[in-house]
Amino acid sequence: MILSATDLGFSYAGRAMPVFSGTGLDVAAGEVVCVLGPNGVGKSTLLRCLAGLAAPSAGTVRLEGQPIASLSRAAIARLLALVPQSYETVFAFSVRTVVEMGRAPHLGLLDAPGEEAARMTRDALATLGIAHLIDAAYSEISGGERQLVQIARVLVQAPKLMILDEPTAHLDFANQARFLALVRRLAASGLAVIFTTHAPDHALALADRTLVMSPGHPPELGATGEILTEAVLSRAYGVPIRLIRAGGHVACVAEIETG
Amino acid sequence: MPAQTSKPKRSLAALLLVLLPIILFLLSFLLGRYPVEPVTVIKVIASQFLPIAQDWPPVVGSVVLDVRLPRVLAAMVVGGGLAIAGACYQGVFRNPLVSPFTLGVSAGAGFGAAVAILLFGERYATQACAFVFGLLAVAICFAMNRFFRLNSTIALVLGGVIVGSLFTALLSLLKYVADPNSKLPVIEFWLLGSLSSVSTADLVPVLVVTIPCVAALLALRWRLNLLAMGDEQARIMGVEVARLRLAMILLSTLIAASAVSISGIIGWVGLVIPHFARILVGPDFRRLLPATLSLGACYLLVIDDVARTVTAAEVPLGILTALIGAPVFMLLLGRGRLGWA
Repeated sequence: MILSATDLGFSYAGRAMPVFSGTGLDVAAGEVVCVLGPNGVGKSTLLRCLAGLAAPSAGTVRLEGQPIASLSRAAIARLLALVPQSYETVFAFSVRTVVEMGRAPHLGLLDAPGEEAARMTRDALATLGIAHLIDAAYSEISGGERQLVQIARVLVQAPKLMILDEPTAHLDFANQARFLALVRRLAASGLAVIFTTHAPDHALALADRTLVMSPGHPPELGATGEILTEAVLSRAYGVPIRLIRAGGHVACVAEIETG
Repeated sequence: MPAQTSKPKRSLAALLLVLLPIILFLLSFLLGRYPVEPVTVIKVIASQFLPIAQDWPPVVGSVVLDVRLPRVLAAMVVGGGLAIAGACYQGVFRNPLVSPFTLGVSAGAGFGAAVAILLFGERYATQACAFVFGLLAVAICFAMNRFFRLNSTIALVLGGVIVGSLFTALLSLLKYVADPNSKLPVIEFWLLGSLSSVSTADLVPVLVVTIPCVAALLALRWRLNLLAMGDEQARIMGVEVARLRLAMILLSTLIAASAVSISGIIGWVGLVIPHFARILVGPDFRRLLPATLSLGACYLLVIDDVARTVTAAEVPLGILTALIGAPVFMLLLGRGRLGWA
């Protein structure tokens, strides 16, 4: 197991109601796990706990068997990388500068990225189809392009697990499809992936297993095809949801009366 | 518009940033009331390292080595030091309005200097007190942050505002009780900033602190890029943020405090030179820090040259830096890209 989390809970200081509790999750190499749930159910907080950026109020997260709290930031960064929902820079760094930073956990304190980092940066940008942006200012490219740049940085960081918080939120329809194909390719090469999404379709298309977080219910984890039933989805989102199967694809439709 | 300038343009900028301080350094020895030939300047300086027969009057040697050398070096060290400390502070705090004085170094140093002027009236005491109280002000900021468990850089900057006004108030109190005929003018003049009476002995402790700190900042400068991405991003990339930030602030504060201890309060350089350098070489700290160092050194050297040549009664540097700099940078601001998103 690359990551295993047992009985995770998180509550904000001074508040009785936990954001979530009793959450267990483990991820093996090459596996894709999706976290589904409505707004405010604690998906991003869960990801931050898994990445060691927030301390859970209950339970432990282990990376390759070691408690995450016992690892240095650099050791964690060599094992996992998190791509947040959105990110703004203050400085107008070039895309090249931003992507090269991914080498940080592999470099000594006084080292700066060299030829190897430059090559990895070019390769990563080419893989994501944004090689032409290498000298553009990160602050001047679109939200979707920024997300791709962040993922390029993860490729340069070369962790074993990539955690993505709503990776498709800023992507257009074609880029969403390309992105799903890319994640599948990366997983096939051994990278473990955890991602959140607001599109159950993406879980159905991509995830081996899915964790469903619904308000007021314990989280449920299972093989995507088995756990994502109309009943579970309807309960999680609080609206009637139907799954439509056609030609090997499954689409998810919310049935809200408009009258 | 691309964030990076083309390669030939960049190497030209790099060459200029190396040559300019050297040229200005040598030219500055020619300025002053006692005329010295350029060849003689080079010979006098070289004679310190090479066996060169002395064919110049002793007074020339004294003018070059004892009067002009410490002053020229001091201007470059103070200017370069304040500028690089300012660039570092702006990166750490991710804020374009931050300067090396933001956490209260200048207010603390001003108070320290006034205490020393009132109690001892002796220059070394003034320099030492300014340095110590400058550091103390920043230490109080950090202690406050730690005590109230505030974990944000905004809280640290606000702490700097509070500590700054506290020391400014204490300084005003000292000015109020100081003898208006003897002590008060000395305090006021110190606060305006000047290098007019710098000697080699004053300069040595400043160099001992500044050179290693600047070297450390330059060695760590790529890590400043990571820190400038923000705490969470830096953590994701494996940076121990709190430790690195503390190290960066400590190094730049030591530089700023030792600069202020010898020059008095010279504002502006640490705020504006980093912006100017960013227009020239972009926001990447790998190029930005060396560029700010060079430009800061050149800028204050030119200002000090103007101060000691234009008028017989020297205009304080704190006044000149802004008076000459403001229109120049207003022009640049209108024309250049700032390198901030």
